[in-house]
Amino acid sequence: MPKIRSPQSTLTQPKPRRMSSRGLAIESALLLAVLFSLPAWGSAGQMRTIVEFISFLALAQMWNLLAGYAGMVSFGQQAWIGLGGYALIVFADDLHVNMFLAVALGGAVAALVALPTAPLVFRLRGGYFAVGTWVVAEVFRLLIASSTVWLQGGLGRTLTAAVAVPRPERELYTYLLAVVVGAGAVALTYFLVRSRVGLGLTAIRDSETAASSLGVRITRIKLLVFVVAAFATGVVGALIYLNALRITPQAAFNVQWSAFMAFIVVIGGLGSIEGPIIGTVVFFILRDYLSDFGPWSIILLGAIAIIMTLVAPQGLWGILQRRFGLELFPVRRRLPCVAPHAQPALSEWKPAATDPALTETRPD
Amino acid sequence: MGALWVNIIAQGILLGGLYALYGTGLSLTFGVMRLVNLTHGDLIVVAAYLALLAGQFLGLSPWLSLLLVVPALFGVGVLLQHGLLNSTLGRGVLPPIIITFGLSVILQNVLQLGFTADTQGLDAGPIEVASIPVTKELSLGVMPLITFITAVLILTGLQWLLTKTKLGRAFRATSDDPTTAELVGINSRQIYGLAMGLSLAIVAVGGVLLGVRTTFAPTDGPARLIYAFETVIIGGLGNLWGTLAGGIILGVAQNVGAQLNPAWFQLAGHLVTLGLLAFRPTGLLARTRDVG
Repeated sequence: MPKIRSPQSTLTQPKPRRMSSRGLAIESALLLAVLFSLPAWGSAGQMRTIVEFISFLALAQMWNLLAGYAGMVSFGQQAWIGLGGYALIVFADDLHVNMFLAVALGGAVAALVALPTAPLVFRLRGGYFAVGTWVVAEVFRLLIASSTVWLQGGLGRTLTAAVAVPRPERELYTYLLAVVVGAGAVALTYFLVRSRVGLGLTAIRDSETAASSLGVRITRIKLLVFVVAAFATGVVGALIYLNALRITPQAAFNVQWSAFMAFIVVIGGLGSIEGPIIGTVVFFILRDYLSDFGPWSIILLGAIAIIMTLVAPQGLWGILQRRFGLELFPVRRRLPCVAPHAQPALSEWKPAATDPALTETRPD
Repeated sequence: MGALWVNIIAQGILLGGLYALYGTGLSLTFGVMRLVNLTHGDLIVVAAYLALLAGQFLGLSPWLSLLLVVPALFGVGVLLQHGLLNSTLGRGVLPPIIITFGLSVILQNVLQLGFTADTQGLDAGPIEVASIPVTKELSLGVMPLITFITAVLILTGLQWLLTKTKLGRAFRATSDDPTTAELVGINSRQIYGLAMGLSLAIVAVGGVLLGVRTTFAPTDGPARLIYAFETVIIGGLGNLWGTLAGGIILGVAQNVGAQLNPAWFQLAGHLVTLGLLAFRPTGLLARTRDVG
């Protein structure tokens, strides 16, 4: 039998230390200032690490948008990484588009392909959706691998346009682009989740049937999120291969990408913007410490994800939040009656149709 | 030319028997508890490795090793369900997906540590290459025939179990409505454990037959999971004989694809699956409905 948590537990939560929108804006501006000025005072190694960190963060953020907010657990996100990466090379090398612009086009290609893919995989639910999206990614991998002349099949291709740009310059632009992409991915999730779409998403995740009966346009919202996630994942895919310069279907369409996204989100905390950030930090620490242990590092990562799912399904961020009432990104809508410090005690609380306390507060 | 295609389709049909064995287990756990076990493919590979160990250490032939591997995987299934999955019941779709996917990643890497990435095979003696000539141009391999007949026998047995026995009634009742089933004294958690055990027992047979038929490696699991998934999707959720039909269609599609271009073996199967999803999303012979 499922345990029913008493309503008391929400009343005795610590006073939320919630960041206001203005606080968030100031802190984000400071962080961005540090990141954008880093090339002036940081090392090339630091820049590379940050590019990699941002790539994983943005990927995890999109996976979280699908799984944590829309209830679509996908193991086929590598499809968009691969398509974004290959689109970058085709646009930059074959069509001679500026390669930084080609990164954005990588996202556009992923989104365009995601559009007809969505109705197909939406026919599947839960675990079958996960495998179905994976099959779609496999189809793209096999198609690209069988283009032996144009895309050089399993051998893969090299981004030759990048050779023309001197390395320091290329690394600088890649870094700046990565900061924009990372900030964009977080901001996109933040504003999407705070919008009406976000409300609809949460309703869908909790119960599609109930959401639909309340007039939430399920298919439209799911389609929007699926395509947006594909776009952003495609951009990140292009960014990854702008950095790596060499792409093979085997590596780009590897399910390991989705595995990492899932593990990062589950460890950090599903259904929050802070969770993937913490998850990515943990992922990087683990990876650095365990890089000498080969397969053991991934075994440990899988084990941690399983343990977190069993013991702390809200992830590390959930633990922190319950403990300290932290909230960096104010996206949650609160019902005033469960926040005793902000409202008169329940005994004094007078329900009235016009009582402003009864209307839900929008995130501030 | 005609004989060539007859041969290819015949081999594809027989290959479908193996896929039916893969799909049946996946279909069973989904049917009883709406759970998709993402370690399914890796456990097929684990079964093959267990048979390999039984041969190396106990000198058992692959056929005799079934006596150990089938109960072992049944036990693994019961343990998996009671130890990890039952505690996630009622917590949405994500926990079982993450747990079984995490296990899949762990198993692949553990196998790689224990057995290296080299491919292995099970040695069943001359039967592996034996074949029965049907006509002048068409001859059928004995092993693929045994696999196909095994699949039919297992499906018949499962059909009997589900429709004629008390346990089968409990399975079906839990599938329809676990809460109501509990009212009449069925312990749904126990039923889930048995369903997972049974699913993996069938996986064990599939894994050993795979090992005799061809080589296997630690990272082969995901492809096997995908074949099982495709078999179920083509055949229709929750229909046992649909699973056999799904396996046959997948096997034929893969063999025909490979004949056209050696690189299209997997691709043809994927495209048939996605095509079916587009035009007949319930599969050919669906029975279980996924509510909620």
